[in-house]
Amino acid sequence: MRRSIGERLWATGVWALVVFFVINLLAMIGSVVVNSFGTRWFNTWLPAGYTPQWYALAWNEFGLPDILLVTVEVVGAVVLISGLIGVPTAYAMARRDFPGKKATMLLFLLPLLVPPITYGIPLATVLYQAHLAGTMWGVILANLVPSVPFVILIMIPFVEQIDPRVEAAARVFGAGTGRLFMQILVPLLTPGILAALLLVLVRTIGMFELTFLTAGSTSQTLVVALYYAVFAAGVRPGQSVDAMAVVYMITTLVWLLIALRFVNPTQIVTRAKR
Amino acid sequence: MSGAQPPLRWRLRERGLDGVTLLVLPGVLFVLALFIYPFLYGLVLSFHPKQGGALANYVTFFSNPYLYDTISTTLVIAVPVTLLNVVLSVPVALRVRLMRHQRLLTTILVIPITLGTVMVAEGLLTYLGPRGWLNRTLLEVGLADSPIRLVHNYWGVMLSLVITGFPFTFLLTLSYVTGIDPSLEQAGAMLGARARQRFLHILLPLLAPGLAITLALAFVQAFTVFPSAILLGAPAGPTRVISIAAYQAAFEQYDYSLASAIAMLMAGVQVVIIVALLAGRSLLFRGPASSGKG
Repeated sequence: MRRSIGERLWATGVWALVVFFVINLLAMIGSVVVNSFGTRWFNTWLPAGYTPQWYALAWNEFGLPDILLVTVEVVGAVVLISGLIGVPTAYAMARRDFPGKKATMLLFLLPLLVPPITYGIPLATVLYQAHLAGTMWGVILANLVPSVPFVILIMIPFVEQIDPRVEAAARVFGAGTGRLFMQILVPLLTPGILAALLLVLVRTIGMFELTFLTAGSTSQTLVVALYYAVFAAGVRPGQSVDAMAVVYMITTLVWLLIALRFVNPTQIVTRAKR
Repeated sequence: MSGAQPPLRWRLRERGLDGVTLLVLPGVLFVLALFIYPFLYGLVLSFHPKQGGALANYVTFFSNPYLYDTISTTLVIAVPVTLLNVVLSVPVALRVRLMRHQRLLTTILVIPITLGTVMVAEGLLTYLGPRGWLNRTLLEVGLADSPIRLVHNYWGVMLSLVITGFPFTFLLTLSYVTGIDPSLEQAGAMLGARARQRFLHILLPLLAPGLAITLALAFVQAFTVFPSAILLGAPAGPTRVISIAAYQAAFEQYDYSLASAIAMLMAGVQVVIIVALLAGRSLLFRGPASSGKG
């Protein structure tokens, strides 16, 4: 198939667009990293000198040790609980046809389709009434709302791939549902569980709205602390805010790289396709 | 229990209800308690205002320009950026589909989605600022005489929504495009259809249902823009979006009832737009064209 000049021009234009986007994206990330190490940066391409002092400042002034600890606790709890609720539910959804299954499926799709800020405000109101908002558990519960359905929707196809005869054989040999889960299903489902939980982990680290609406001063995660740092940018040197931003970026991107060993990048957005 | 009828347990099992089915209960109860209940609670609360009759909150919203203007402000940001992202995604996705090493590009593009809007806002504040690299480049090249103001206004929010929104629409579109059987297009080419004809008569109709969903999801995301409208925009004026109004009602005036009413209106606008999009899809494209996945 020979391509005409018009088609080749069109293809070049499309590639130019992609390259332009990627360059701007990398420059945006690069300028944050460079600024976080810079001493003085005024009317030049690069700062006058480099120093690690902004990281020490950010570490002490923003209370990063506490924030990181809270982040680990919240994210850990969300990952663990969403796995414990989501995997058995996904198993039942994949294996049984029961009346009302379509409605149940819709129920699990809604929290993924409705944006967090829309349901976050009524959710925060309810959590404040229950005196849970402002505490660690309030933040964990709020973050579980999109995570549990997310695990369910990711796990359903993984369960469907397993041959039901394997389970039937285990039942014939007298395994109950609990034993079936621990000895047959969990080992077979490990790749799926790993993928689902890593994606929940990445999404929870970056989940701003729900944490922001429910967190108190002692239950802030890294992304909310970063928001407050940027919001009050005049108070502290811009470089230390950028140093904090770099800490946040590293935390997120390390887990993203690990997650991408198990999932395809397109899977990160297509969870709610149907 | 009569002798003719099998035990209840068996009858339930016939309909797919047994011990295993009960495993859906934790998930269902969780979503009911923490998603459906708060939403309904918010809906009821919105009709119990601090003062006045049942509809007082909605009357307040639609009689105060500081509040009702947020809907048009949000639409002025969300509609153009959604259309731009989706329109750019289609040609790029059609081109990338032919690429052998897609993985590197998709990995780079998933980064801004993962970083999230707060991080992108901070990055753009540094990059687009008066002393940032972008303005430096424009000055050096001679495209501008003085730094262009791109942050703390409409354009800052717009660009942040392109940075996080374009990768999202692109990856979604790519997943739909790769689902189209390439032999359909080859058949068209063999019969002499030019690239433009193949796109209009073969690819676009097959892609339309996916594009409607992409448009709906992208719009809903842009419509609920929040942190970047505050950090990168002018939250007191040109980028006072509806989520800022809801947030301020709840956490600055402590009027949870008004805040719930605004949240319900936010949900209402989203539902109207999505229903319109999906209805348009079924009006325009009907029949077997939508089952081109193979």
